[in-house]
Amino acid sequence: MAPRKSAAAASRKKPAEKSGLNGGITDFDKATELEAYREMLLIRRFEEKAGQLYGMGFIGGFCHLYIGQEAVVVGMQMALKDGDQVITGYRDHGHMLATGMEARGVMAELTGRRDGYSHGKGGSMHMFSKEKNFYGGHGIVGAQVSLGTGLAFANKYRGNDNVSVAYFGDGAANQGQVYESFNMAALWKLPVVYIVENNRYAMGTSTARSSAQSNFSLRGNSFGIPGHQVDGMDVRAVYAAAVEAVAHCRSGKGPIILEMLTYRYRGHSMSDPAKYRSKDEVQKMRSEHDPIEQVKARILELKHASEDELKAIDKKVRDVVADSADFAQNNPEPDPSELYTDILL
Amino acid sequence: MPIDILMPALSPTMEEGTLSKWLKNEGDSVTAGEVIAEIETDKATMEVEAVDEGTIGKIVVPAGTENVKVNAVIAVLLQEGESASDIGKSAPAPAPEGDKAEAAAAPSPQRGEGGEQSEPGEGAKASVPAAPKTEAQSDPDIPEGTEMVPTTVREALRDAMAEEMRANEDVFLMGEEVAEYQGAYKISQGLLQEFGPRRVVDTPITEHGFTGVGVGAAMAGLRPIVEFMTFNFAMQAIDQIINSAAKTLYMSGGQMGAPIVFRGANGAAARVGAQHSQCYAAWYSHIPGLKVVMPYTAADAKGLLKAAIRDPNPVVFLENEILYGQTFDVPKLDDFVLPIGKARVHKKGKDVTIVSFGIGMTYAVKAVEELSGLGIDVELIDLRTIRPMDLPTVIESVKKTGRLVTVEEGYPQNSVGTEIATRVQQQAFDYLDAPIITIAGKDVPMPYAANLEKLALPNVGEIVEAVKTVTYKA
Repeated sequence: MAPRKSAAAASRKKPAEKSGLNGGITDFDKATELEAYREMLLIRRFEEKAGQLYGMGFIGGFCHLYIGQEAVVVGMQMALKDGDQVITGYRDHGHMLATGMEARGVMAELTGRRDGYSHGKGGSMHMFSKEKNFYGGHGIVGAQVSLGTGLAFANKYRGNDNVSVAYFGDGAANQGQVYESFNMAALWKLPVVYIVENNRYAMGTSTARSSAQSNFSLRGNSFGIPGHQVDGMDVRAVYAAAVEAVAHCRSGKGPIILEMLTYRYRGHSMSDPAKYRSKDEVQKMRSEHDPIEQVKARILELKHASEDELKAIDKKVRDVVADSADFAQNNPEPDPSELYTDILL
Repeated sequence: MPIDILMPALSPTMEEGTLSKWLKNEGDSVTAGEVIAEIETDKATMEVEAVDEGTIGKIVVPAGTENVKVNAVIAVLLQEGESASDIGKSAPAPAPEGDKAEAAAAPSPQRGEGGEQSEPGEGAKASVPAAPKTEAQSDPDIPEGTEMVPTTVREALRDAMAEEMRANEDVFLMGEEVAEYQGAYKISQGLLQEFGPRRVVDTPITEHGFTGVGVGAAMAGLRPIVEFMTFNFAMQAIDQIINSAAKTLYMSGGQMGAPIVFRGANGAAARVGAQHSQCYAAWYSHIPGLKVVMPYTAADAKGLLKAAIRDPNPVVFLENEILYGQTFDVPKLDDFVLPIGKARVHKKGKDVTIVSFGIGMTYAVKAVEELSGLGIDVELIDLRTIRPMDLPTVIESVKKTGRLVTVEEGYPQNSVGTEIATRVQQQAFDYLDAPIITIAGKDVPMPYAANLEKLALPNVGEIVEAVKTVTYKA
């Protein structure tokens, strides 16, 4: 399998940026549209395969799929540069693929095998890549927000111009440490982009039933942190907002919040029957707002590629995913001696 | 090739389910992600989504079938250009064991390769690798003629931080009142003046948040020293200490950890009541991935804090407000560093072993003096590090004396002493001439009233009596 080009590398071909915050959209050129299509499709197909392997008993424990939310990480990643850090919660497979981590290593971690990113010792919710500046993969809701603020602290301490991107959901947005972190980040002008992935449900509790203020972009108001709502189903809108947010942080203005209005098609985890929402609601999002279909429609309309050319991309993506699944099923489990390694240095 | 659609496992515990409904018929085309059936699991009714596009060639398991095993073929999906006559040529379902789908009916989290199943309790013992033994280094030799400087524990801690901050630009101190106020207990006195606000960082009162920030900075490669005004407040941050700092190295397969020191006053001070008087030695020492240090003397405080700051692992460094002002000799050396994980024989003796640590040592030292007057020669061991615990030094002593008393201020249940007692009876049972006595704080929240507080803490008399009991001189 040829090494996958990371989304960050693809960002060099971007067109001149237009206004991104407050609903602005940057039109993508052909190469960027195709790259976004491919990246999102990879996450989609990967997650479908993970669901399938879970169903077959290859993947154990908890497994939270990112299907529906692909535009968020793909658009954000396009605006980052080398050395920028990414950290998220437990719905993390998409983030890992977007940072350029290999599908094989991620899938093998899901199956708990030795060549998984954590040698099988972390699993779906706990995966890291120092090389790709991906800091996890955290199973405790909200913990990654303080940790991500700490990554930004390190950037500021070192005087570099890197930013940290801390992703969390609408559920985590109600955790106390999020606001403790907001306070310090604003106080110390730390370069951190807080991404609220508002997919409307914290497990089975809708934002309406959990949040007194469900416009999460306003959650930084009392700390003076600017916030913006972004159409998280449109990768162009995400990218446009990301470019501005990242520039804001890099220029020393402190933290910023982007609320990504997005949606997860699947349940909270594999064992979630999703009885808390209607099928119509899910179907409506799928048919009218699907992030991949939107790009696909534009590509075809603007004749960036033909149906057949898109099918060829699909095929390549499927091959990468099938290869990762094959690898993850046949890769040996960790050696028993791994039980006692990596506890202390 | 046609694709087998298998009965999915939809929860970590599901082994079989009921195929309650088909939403597609034979001949229907489906796209990836489309719901094709509903199954009843052990938890709820769940939807089965097609994982590929194609045409339903055959429904193998009819609606209403109960007890359908996970991974059984329930339908066959035809791909472009295939017809019903291709059924039977489908690829064998790649079941986890690689051969029979039947064998995979009950997914087990302990599944081995090649169909091996390690059942709990069945041959499991032989396959568990032994825990590695760690060997602590000995204390460095202090050259003869080295000047010994009377130093308070407070000054020793400050000196340790200052020296390490001078040596390594990545080391910084953060916490409440550490900078402008010069430390709530004056431990960081002068550090702001020497190192400036970039490296001596006053935080808001926000333990959970600033601990996470510290751990994040450590994951990025800095060397934070996080000061807790007292470890009682660190309970608000204990998730970040345990779930983030202690476990990340393991969860990342060794890629990244958290080189960080969590330090501050621990245990009872004087008359501050239940919420401010608790020893966390046993709590943190429970956790793999953490080192836990609890010094008594100023020399140990200095040498071990320097070691903790240099350590690539998260270290919980438990100090004590009452000890801050006590004075001990500290060797005047350019770089005095002590090994974490090594106990110190505070006084040699032959009749009985007392093991203590931190402020517990103050009671033990007085008891040793009193017992000496009664003709009982005590060997007193200062554990210094709670995790990793230097049990060999304790066992060596017990083999000589045959008797053991432990002393600490923390609560008695699951205490450090009970851990020592368990391990000593496991590893040196034949050498014991008397049951081990563990002395701890009383099993009560710390009372405020002066007389009750005194009763709640260990006392010298208790230790003297315990030693008399184990030496049969009571």
